[in-house]
Amino acid sequence: MTASSDTPPVSKPTRIAPIVTPDAKFFWDAADREQFVGQKCGDCGRFTFPPRPMCPFCHSLKRQEVPLSGRGTVHAWTVPRHPQPFGFKEAPIVAVIQLEEGIRMVSNVVGIAPEDMVMDLPVEVTFEPTMNNHKVPVFKPRAR
Amino acid sequence: MPRTFKEAAIAGIGATEFSKASGRSELQLAAECALAACQDAGVDPHEIDGMITFTIDNSDEIGLARCLGVKDLAYTTRIPGGGAAAAATIAQAMAVVNAGLCKYVLIWRAMNERSQYRFGQNPTNLSGYTGGHGTGSLLWCIPFGAMTPASWAALQAARYMHTYGITNRDLGYVSVQQRKYAATNPKAWFYQRPITLEDHQNSKWIQEPWLRLLDCCQESDGGVALLVTSLERARDLKQPPVRIVGACQSIPYNVEVISNYYHDDLTVMPEAIGTARRLYAQTGLGPADIQAAMLYDAFTPHVLMQLEAFGFCGKGEAAEFVKRGGIAIDGRLPVNTHGGLIGEAYIHGMNSMAEGVRQVRGQSVNQVKNVTHVLVSSGMAGAILGKA
Repeated sequence: MTASSDTPPVSKPTRIAPIVTPDAKFFWDAADREQFVGQKCGDCGRFTFPPRPMCPFCHSLKRQEVPLSGRGTVHAWTVPRHPQPFGFKEAPIVAVIQLEEGIRMVSNVVGIAPEDMVMDLPVEVTFEPTMNNHKVPVFKPRAR
Repeated sequence: MPRTFKEAAIAGIGATEFSKASGRSELQLAAECALAACQDAGVDPHEIDGMITFTIDNSDEIGLARCLGVKDLAYTTRIPGGGAAAAATIAQAMAVVNAGLCKYVLIWRAMNERSQYRFGQNPTNLSGYTGGHGTGSLLWCIPFGAMTPASWAALQAARYMHTYGITNRDLGYVSVQQRKYAATNPKAWFYQRPITLEDHQNSKWIQEPWLRLLDCCQESDGGVALLVTSLERARDLKQPPVRIVGACQSIPYNVEVISNYYHDDLTVMPEAIGTARRLYAQTGLGPADIQAAMLYDAFTPHVLMQLEAFGFCGKGEAAEFVKRGGIAIDGRLPVNTHGGLIGEAYIHGMNSMAEGVRQVRGQSVNQVKNVTHVLVSSGMAGAILGKA
């Protein structure tokens, strides 16, 4: 017996790392630092998601990468039972999150059992690790 | 060829058998169904001069043209959006014939989508999500475990079902009716295998608490082809001509084919509403003029949401419409009379386009009486087919 076998092995993250595109790199880089940011137009001030190179409202190319509140509600959710999603030890709760800034994103709800899930559940952002040392924003229930 | 406006018609349909293991290449399936469509029409495949398929079809136009001995191709194009392309291929072929660019446009879709790869399983190749297929936002689903069409569809359906109090049991009526149609269709994978509502309710959860196994379409191997030509030419061919009365696409702002969570109201399919509006404006027809419909049924909620989008019932009323027999053979609007993608096969919607043609010709195994107009819809595109 070696000393190292006394400590339980630290399990490596198995979640698939984000697929990073040039226009969304700022989002994922911030997530790695546990910061939740979004794209806001530098001219008309409106938010867009997913990120894109041009503002669809005023066609400005001035992108501002701004902190988001991280608060939102569950707009839709599901539990993928079959097939079990790759990289998850238990079926996750997948959800469409309606963010306070008026945009939506797909993420997970953690820290709640599927049987306790309800539509419009208030949630706030937290982060979970992925393969290759990245992190992704996920959401946990918050007090109203 | 002088470029004068020409009415377009579907002159031929062809298909391979629908299976779970075709035992031959996708290109061979494509060649076989293309040849069958030409033979159905009575057209020499050498005369094809336009070819249209889906961006994600794995066979090359050139490879297929070489099989068929196509003499001189005048036009090719591909449609993005996965199965949403199905009716869009008809809109494209119509436009090309209308414009006088082609005489015979071949539409095909052929795949070994069960034996060679599986849409219903976790992805093994993520490169398809990075662009060119109209599904770029799937990137934003994958790291969160939404990796299958059922998971993406469940997130769409959830808000709709929640808002209108539609239960999974309610969805079962769609499956039961479509399997009833498939049970009398010898070409259907589920020929002679109808299901009960209890079978539906006993099938395993795929997406809890929204979709069970029997809410999902099949995974299939096979190929389907259509041959589109001018109405004038079609009148001289073997089959009764099926006029393309109208056909269009609609992709409203912030709508995407399946990772469709960014538009304002997730209780509707804006793309189907847009298709309906454009199609009815183009043809001067409305829901009351349509006697049967083939609606893209990758998952049962899509059928309900399209029934509402095309105005066959009000918002949130489609489940009750179906429950009361609205889509049965003697109902107000028989739907997916071949069994659909659920009951017949999943050839990415193209087998449903072919059933629309059969209904107009009067050749369906589940023939609707007194058909003058049939709607075929793949959500982001639709066509109204009619007698010539």
